Formats: sequence, C-alpha cells, structure tokens
Amino acid sequence: MRGNNVVGILFSNAHDDKLRELTEHRAIASVPYGGRYRLIDFPLSNMVNCGINKVGVITKSNYQSLMDHLGSGKAWDLSRKREGLFMLPPFSGEHSSVSNSRVESLAAIKRFLKNSKEEYVLLSDCDIVCNIDYREVISAHLENQADLTIVYRYGKVPEKMTDASVYTIDPDGRVLDMLVNPNTEGECNYGLNMLLIGRELLMKLVDDCVSRNLYDFKRDLLQRNLKNYRVFAYHFTGFAQQINSTNTYFEANMALMQPQVRNQLFNPDRPIYTKVRDDMCARYGLGSVVENSLIADGCVIEGEVENCVLFRGVKVGKGAKLSNCVIMQDTEIGENCTMSYVIADKDVIIKDERSLMGFQSYPVFISKGSIV
Amino acid sequence: MLPKQEVVAMLLAGGQGSRLGVLTKSLAKPAVPYGGKYRIIDFPLSNCANSGIETVGVLTQYQPLVLNDYIGSGQPWDLDSMNGGVHVLAPYQRSSKADWYKGTANAIYQNIPFIERYNPDYVVVLSGDHIYKMDYSKMVAYHKEKKADCTIAEMEVPMEEASRFGILNTNEDGSIYEFDEKPKAPKSNKASMGIYVFTWSKLRKYLEADEANPNSSNDFGKDVLPAMLNVGERMFAYQFEGYWKDVGTIESLWESNMDLLNPNVELDLSEESWKIYSRNPGMPPHYIAKGAKVQNSLVAEGCNVYGEIDFAVLFSGVYIAPGAVVKDSIIMPGSRIEEGAVVQYAIVAENSVIGKNATVGARPEEMENKDEWGVAVVGAGCHLPAGAAVQPKAMVDASMFEEATK
Repeated sequence: MRGNNVVGILFSNAHDDKLRELTEHRAIASVPYGGRYRLIDFPLSNMVNCGINKVGVITKSNYQSLMDHLGSGKAWDLSRKREGLFMLPPFSGEHSSVSNSRVESLAAIKRFLKNSKEEYVLLSDCDIVCNIDYREVISAHLENQADLTIVYRYGKVPEKMTDASVYTIDPDGRVLDMLVNPNTEGECNYGLNMLLIGRELLMKLVDDCVSRNLYDFKRDLLQRNLKNYRVFAYHFTGFAQQINSTNTYFEANMALMQPQVRNQLFNPDRPIYTKVRDDMCARYGLGSVVENSLIADGCVIEGEVENCVLFRGVKVGKGAKLSNCVIMQDTEIGENCTMSYVIADKDVIIKDERSLMGFQSYPVFISKGSIV
Repeated sequence: MLPKQEVVAMLLAGGQGSRLGVLTKSLAKPAVPYGGKYRIIDFPLSNCANSGIETVGVLTQYQPLVLNDYIGSGQPWDLDSMNGGVHVLAPYQRSSKADWYKGTANAIYQNIPFIERYNPDYVVVLSGDHIYKMDYSKMVAYHKEKKADCTIAEMEVPMEEASRFGILNTNEDGSIYEFDEKPKAPKSNKASMGIYVFTWSKLRKYLEADEANPNSSNDFGKDVLPAMLNVGERMFAYQFEGYWKDVGTIESLWESNMDLLNPNVELDLSEESWKIYSRNPGMPPHYIAKGAKVQNSLVAEGCNVYGEIDFAVLFSGVYIAPGAVVKDSIIMPGSRIEEGAVVQYAIVAENSVIGKNATVGARPEEMENKDEWGVAVVGAGCHLPAGAAVQPKAMVDASMFEEATK
C-alpha cells in the first residue's frame, strides 16, 4: 500500500565540507557510492519503500549533478501526478538569500510545508548509508503518541561526526536528555540525524526559533524543547555508516565486500533504487583475475582486480594490477598500471604503465576528469 | 484524432518458438532472456527508439503474460510518448466473430484500425526473434528514394548456407524479380531478414485481398509478398551489413550469446549512440569472491560468484557456489549453481537450482559419438537434485523432477 500521511524532507548539502574533493563538484547527496549508487539513493529509497509519496529535496549549492541524477524522480517511482519529488533550491524571500543553517532552510520552505497535507514530516540527511524500515519508526511514533521521534544507534560515536547528538533514553524509549557533541569515550546512544515530527509542530518550532533569532537546529530547536514535548527514540540496529571523511568513504565502500552488509543494504523487499544507465553487463577478458570485488555493469576487465569497488563503465587494461581501490564511473585504467589504495573519481584516465600507491589510512584521491 | 505519424512499426511477437523447447514453455519467444540483461524484444524495440520510430504495435498471442509485463508502458525504451508509444495488440473478439491471429499477414490485417489511427505513409514490419542493431530510418529513406511499394532488408550469407534462407534474386537496380524460399541451388546469397517496409496504402490493399482469399495461409512470406511481386509492384532489396542472427533455435541462441564474448564479432552493445535498452532489475553490482576464477565472461548485476566461470553469460542475481564450474554456458536470472556442480555447453533457464555435484552438458571433445552432442537445456524453475546428470542435447523441465520426487 502506498501513502502513509508522511512527507519526506532530505537535506542534500548537509556536511558537504567534510568530503573535500569528493564534494568539489557535487552535493554530498550525489557522491557516488557502492558501484552504481549515489548517496541520496539510500535515504530516498528508504522513504519510498515505507510508502512516502512526497519528498522534498533541500539544496543549497552544487546541485547540478544531483538534479541530473534525480531527473523527474521516475527511478524512485516519484514522478507522479499525486505528489512526487520536489526540488527545493534556495529561495530568497523574507529570509536570507542562501540558507546557511538547517532552521533557515526549513524556514525557507515554509510554503512547501504549509501546502503539504500530510500530518507528519520525516527529516533526514544524505550522508548515512543504511537500509531502514521507516514503517517501524512511524508505528513507534504513533504508538508512543510522540511529538518527535529520533532514530539512534548504540555504540561508539563515529569519529569526526559533526555535532553528534547523544541521548539518554528511559526504558520506554522516551528521551530524557540530549547532549550535542559531548566528550564521550565509551558506547552511547547517538543520533542518525533522522527525525519524525508533526508537520504543524515543525512549522511552529521553526517559527519560534526564527522569531528569537536562534538558528541551530539541534541546540535551539531540539535541545531547548526537549522537556516541552514527548520526544521518543527508535533504536536502529542494522548496518549504518556515516560518510564524513575520505577515510570513512573508503571504508563504507570496502564494507560492501562483507555478505552480511550487502544483505542488509540490498534487502530485496526494500530495494535501493537508482538512475538506470543501460550499460551492457560487465565483460571479463582472457587473463582477467578478479577476487573479492564489487563490479558494476559496463565494466571491461582485462587485468587483475582485488578488493576493489568498480563503478559502471570502468575499464581495466591488460596487465594492470588493482588492489584496494574505489574507481568511479567511466574511469579508464591503462595497461600494466599498478594501483593500491586509490580513490579515482569519474572520468579519470590513468595512462599505461602508471603506478599509484596510497595507504589504508590515507587513500590517494584523484579528482574528476584528471589524466595521470 | 491522433496526430499523423509518418512511420508505424508492427512487431510480430506472437510466435510460440517451439524450436526453443522448454525455454518457451511458458514464455513467448521475444521474451526469452539474452546477453546477460536483455530479452530478445529489446533489440527491435531499441532499434525503433534509436531510429526515431515513436509508434510501435506489438502483436502478441502465445503466452503473453511475461511479455506484456515486460513491455509495460514502454518507458525503458523511451516509447511512453504522448501521441504514439508502444501498444500491445492481442487478438480480440468482434461483434461478428472471434479469431486468433491466423498468420503474420492476418495479424496485421486484424489491426488495420490501429494503424489507421495514425494515418501513416509507411509501415515497418519486424520480427521479435532477431538479434541485430539496425537504423530503420535509413531503410525507410531508401524505400522513399526508390519509390518502392515494398522494401525487404537482406544480408549476404555464405553461399553454402544460402539454402537455409529465403533468398532474394534482384536486378542491378536492387529491384526484386524472384523469391526463392530455401532453394536447393541458390542463385544468390542475399537472404531476407524478415524486415519489411511497406507503403501503407498498398499494403492495406493487399492485406484485404489476402483476407478475402480463402486459400491463403495469411502469411507475409508465402502469400502477400508473392502476390505483390506477381502483379509487378515495385519491390526492392535493402542491403544490411553488420551482425544479425535469428535466435529461433537452441543452437543459435547459445551461439549468439557466445558471440558477445568474441572480440572478433561485430556486435557491440556498449555503443553510446545506439544503446540497447532493457527493463532494469535494480540489483546491486555483482560480487566476485576471494578464490573465484572469472574469465571471458559477461556478468550481470546482482550475481555472486564464488566458483569458476569461463565463457559464461550470467544474468542478474545468479549465484555460483564455491567449487562450482560453469563453462561455455548461459545461466538465466535468479538461478543457483551449487557446490561442485559442473555446467558445460548448457542453457540454464530462470530460477533453476543445479544441485550439489550435479552435471549438466559436456564438452564436445569428451563425446565418443559426436552426433549425440548438443547444448543441454534446463527449463525454468527446475530443481536438479544433488548428483543428478543432464546429458548433452537433453532438455529437462521442472515437471520431470516433480514426478520423480512424488
């Protein structure tokens, strides 16, 4: 059944600055991941799979590649007459020209929120790779008669997480306390920046913040209101990886070599959708040696590949040796190249006989369209 | 009233394809999987889209469920257009009578009202069982240039094979003076590819005359085209160069899949300007495990390969267990090859399981009697028990194993 009284909002630029070169030409939402996906495919598919019919994507900067990827929303079944996909680019009106904070972004889409008829809003960032069943979050929200429901995991707060929120939760799942960016060493309940909230309430809280000149979403909108509302927490136990640095980007790609991670992320009942490219299947030539690697359609492999993620249309020449690399769309690797711990962005050309070596803790990054 | 379309394509997709045996038991031939991610019908549909033909009628009759589902709105081929688009045309009941499609010409005849809606100048008639890339717009341009009534695409085949084809004998200007169906002593090597361009007003006249003739078998090749030639209509041969294969038999289907692995065969499906589109299964990239051996193969998304493959075409979601060996074979979507199983020179259809240590097919050089060799076929949904053997050239389907286990 489709339609569930929830409208989705995605922040496509949140934490762009964390990924440096990867987000030089694109929003974090359109960073390529896992051989054929962009990061936004995960939150967007999660929303569609739980029955959400209307998703607004808030963009701020560098959103050309994101718009190219999303198109009409057809690939996510969001190109429709009743609701569908809405791009929400910066809107200069009574608020500042380009919204810098999350509260400002939400204030700038007040009209979108007001005109939506769904009772609830689900907010999410685009930098966490996971496959979550939001239906469970929604039913928990209703069961608890909650005003707000946040999604959290239990464990050590991932390094470099921006403004990590840490929660104290009572046995009934009610949030008692919330700390932003505390100095924690042990395991704790940390938020995944996903929030389910009543639409009217969200608009009210945003207005309240704006009227007091308070623009910090976590500190001003959530933390300040914690005692005034019924705030509950939903415990997510599946695989989730936040991508907040070149290293975590690399690790998140390598995590896909584990069958249990793939099974969780690519659950056939809740598929992850993406834009279709119509490449032919990957072709392996005579003498190709491939082990422990994830390979997308359109690849042509004649060399040796080990522990790598190859995106669509990558070519690996004869005699080339690749290990521990993430190679994005349409990059061509010449004959007899040796590469180890390299992240190559789209459309890179590595000429014959080149040798590139990074290290596990510091993968070499080659930016889009470079010729080596 | 719909806007006029200069060209309407009619795709004959109703044949049973009985020579494909168990593969077409519950599937129309044009829906048979091909090349790792396609179905045969992707080729004519993509050719139409790439040639700028916006209106396509697909004539279905035999086992249409999968085919109808697959075509859907035509969106994967960009054929979900406002005024034209792809239309599935099944036989239907009329106030006076109800008929199945009696032959290829009758199928078009029954859909004259469909074609008339677009008031076309030309109608392109295509079959749903050929693998090729062709720009139909060039053929239509040739048809116009020759002021022809009917243009038939032909390609040159080796003279020694010419007697297997319908041969076109032509004058120097390309006009056809004789059809020679599977001639014992062929006069030329120009084989008809079963692709026709007609001037619609002429074709309509001949279809009506053919329908009125009680002795006609209502077939293009046997009735309509000879009738046109006898009266002296302008019929021309259009020469096609490139890869073309009729995949109507197990051998030719197997060969044509293997052609994709041969760098010397001129069928490039990765050409940016002439993509072959297909409905996408939406699976993650495939995974090649540690210890797997992969060479000379095509592997689709969603596969998990732990064993050894060489000269294999794996469709989406196929699983090859550790220690399993697949050589010179085609494994269709969702099938599993379990540990120790050996599959050679075989086609394994969708959602089958080849049990542990089972064997399917054999290499021709291992056979004592070469005449007994052939491609082995496992039908859709077969669960081959552990240790079972399917002989070369044999065909098994799911029902055989249901009986065995009862």
